[in-house]
Amino acid sequence: MLLILQRDEHFLFINMSEINIVDAPPGIEGSGFFATSLDKVIGLARSNSLWPLPFATSCCGIEFMATMGSHYDLGRFGAERLSFSPRQADVLMVMGTIAKKMAPVLKQVYIQMAEPRWVMAVGACASSGGIFDTYSVLQGIDEVIPVDVYVPGCPPRPEAILDGFQRIQDLVKNESGRRRNSDYYKDLLGQYGIK
Amino acid sequence: MNHNHPVFTDNDPQSELVTLNLGPTHPATHGVFQNVLQLDGERIVSGVSTIGYIHRAFEKIAEHRPFYQITPLTDRLNYCSSPINNMGWHMTVEKLLNIQMPKRVDYLRVIIMELSRIADHIICNTIIGQDTGATTTFLYLFQFREHIYEIFEEVCGARLTTNIGRIGGFERDFNDIAFAKIDKFLKEFPKALKEFENLLSRNRIFIDRTAGVAEVTKETALEYSWTGPLLRATGVDYDVRVSDPYSSYQDFDFEVPVGTSGDIYDRYLVRNEEMWQSVRIIEQAIVKLKTEPKGIFHADVPEFYLPPKQEVYNNMEALIYHFKIVMGEIDAPKAEVYHAVEGGNGELGFYLINDGGRTPYRLHFRRPSFINYQMFAPMSEGMLLSDAIINMSSMNIIAGELDA
Amino acid sequence: MEETTLNNDIHVKLTEKFGEKVTAVSEPYGLLTFVTYKDVIINVLSHLKEELKFNFLTDITAVHYPGKEHGIAVVYHLHNMVEKQRIRIKVFISEQNPTIPTATNVWKGANWMERETYDLFGVKFEGHPDLRRILNMDDLGVHPMLKQYPLEDPNRVDKKDEFFGR
Repeated sequence: MLLILQRDEHFLFINMSEINIVDAPPGIEGSGFFATSLDKVIGLARSNSLWPLPFATSCCGIEFMATMGSHYDLGRFGAERLSFSPRQADVLMVMGTIAKKMAPVLKQVYIQMAEPRWVMAVGACASSGGIFDTYSVLQGIDEVIPVDVYVPGCPPRPEAILDGFQRIQDLVKNESGRRRNSDYYKDLLGQYGIK
Repeated sequence: MNHNHPVFTDNDPQSELVTLNLGPTHPATHGVFQNVLQLDGERIVSGVSTIGYIHRAFEKIAEHRPFYQITPLTDRLNYCSSPINNMGWHMTVEKLLNIQMPKRVDYLRVIIMELSRIADHIICNTIIGQDTGATTTFLYLFQFREHIYEIFEEVCGARLTTNIGRIGGFERDFNDIAFAKIDKFLKEFPKALKEFENLLSRNRIFIDRTAGVAEVTKETALEYSWTGPLLRATGVDYDVRVSDPYSSYQDFDFEVPVGTSGDIYDRYLVRNEEMWQSVRIIEQAIVKLKTEPKGIFHADVPEFYLPPKQEVYNNMEALIYHFKIVMGEIDAPKAEVYHAVEGGNGELGFYLINDGGRTPYRLHFRRPSFINYQMFAPMSEGMLLSDAIINMSSMNIIAGELDA
Repeated sequence: MEETTLNNDIHVKLTEKFGEKVTAVSEPYGLLTFVTYKDVIINVLSHLKEELKFNFLTDITAVHYPGKEHGIAVVYHLHNMVEKQRIRIKVFISEQNPTIPTATNVWKGANWMERETYDLFGVKFEGHPDLRRILNMDDLGVHPMLKQYPLEDPNRVDKKDEFFGR
């Protein structure tokens, strides 16, 4: 099958065989069998089909729209399907300023997400309050929920958001399948008063 | 959640009405605002809007920042069309200081402002398409926002929150690549916009969803202080670019489109036509630039215009001015000034009171989204919920501008 | 110069009607500005709207001048779209008892502008249908735009002065 894309009067030929397929995790291979640990297989599957929940409040949300648009296309990384419902979402992408009025809402959304869940703070405001060091702005979402990846920028370019997303994928790929049972994770959530 | 008002406490099971909490993080609201609606079936009986979910205290910050550091704040007001806000602010300060801009700078500004108007209207109109079920329009026309971003990047280095220009002009001249990109944009965008219109304007489903929905009369619109495309859709030909021309808009030949009934379809048509007019204005500006002396990109006001860095390091005079501007030792008149520009959503006003100090004594933004949005709840009464959603997207409420 | 004569006209007409109540008339950057008092403000606004065709309320806001007898100025911007003319009206009210009649009966659009002014400055608009905070949380307790309140959150613990050279 041959797809033809037109871009700037150059023709790009994309052959199906050139489409990248993720590498298999390390394991023992022999004729007719392949053995690896369950964690790795699950990590592989999870990391390439993450459903992000875009919690877009301001400027970074517009850059996220650009990231989802045809030009940058987050769908290439297995995140084609946005989950606006927290119940089905895997990654909470917090984009934009979180005011103190919004903080309980954000925490509520995080609590509603099912395990396993990851959080990405996109942009300066979500990471640290950014330029808004004021009475009404939460100085970083890590005051109310734990964060896995911070993406710098005000707003970050779509490339940066994609990079941050890949860092989340790395985390998902390499961590234990049942992170939620670890003492460290329980302590972490305990610090935020969640459960 | 003690921050919410218990708006409807009537939980009588016999009641036929359903209370629906729409927002603050609802995928269909495209921003963070909460509406507590009471529904009878699918029809809205009454609603209460709660806003302030990204209140960032711009006006308070502005009282602590020197003039040139307020530009980044204006970026984040209506972030879909930041350059209009930036330049509106610069022009306010220039009005305060009585700085006359060279024509070439005015025309360059017009190009940037009209490009951002197009970018703003692309967001609004494609989102209306998206909400009526036409995802294609969003994915297709959004590409051209990227092209506009590329032009902004060429001029100032940033995409979205541009911080473009300075008090007194631009930071640097447009380079040839920028002009080439503008030319390319002017060649390609009309075709795409035509295709976009072909997809929606005569689309039966689109017309059925939008025409005759959320009609607003002129009188009501004026009563609620609407401005911008929303007001023009009701038939009032008020455009700040015409009624109170700034940045040499009087030199340009363009039409102000108006609607008749103020419904969603009219708003869509007005915004589309404004994009065509913006293209026309940019084309005229490009022609006008050819007759202007090259290389002028700021007014000759060394006491207010930050000199380039290489000169600060090599030139005594520039160093002195740089020091004076940065340390706030420039005398600005003690006065108050109101300046308005036509933003993407309407009249964006800056009310600046200066007490001669380094920072504004008081800076108030007249934010069109804030003032337009207050009509949403009263308007929604009697409307279908699905219509109210498109109504909200057609009002193009930008949360940053709404909450300041 | 045309605008100045227009402004003069308005000034004369206002003085005829309200006499001493229209004071401190000035014209910064061509925008007619005057000060009036809170007992006549609604009459002035309706007169401007009905008789002088300033039918569009551009904005309502406030300014805080601490330490003065009447420390809060409520500022109205009106617009006559036909004559392309703007006007600015100020009312100075006391800081201890900041009350002023509401303009929501003149323009419905004044509703949120007044709520914002109440939220940020604590100006109580008498007769307002729904005077609640609009931008800030209900439990904020202060009106943050008043000059005595700091920009930064005073309860922050992570920001140590030594890192900021203070």
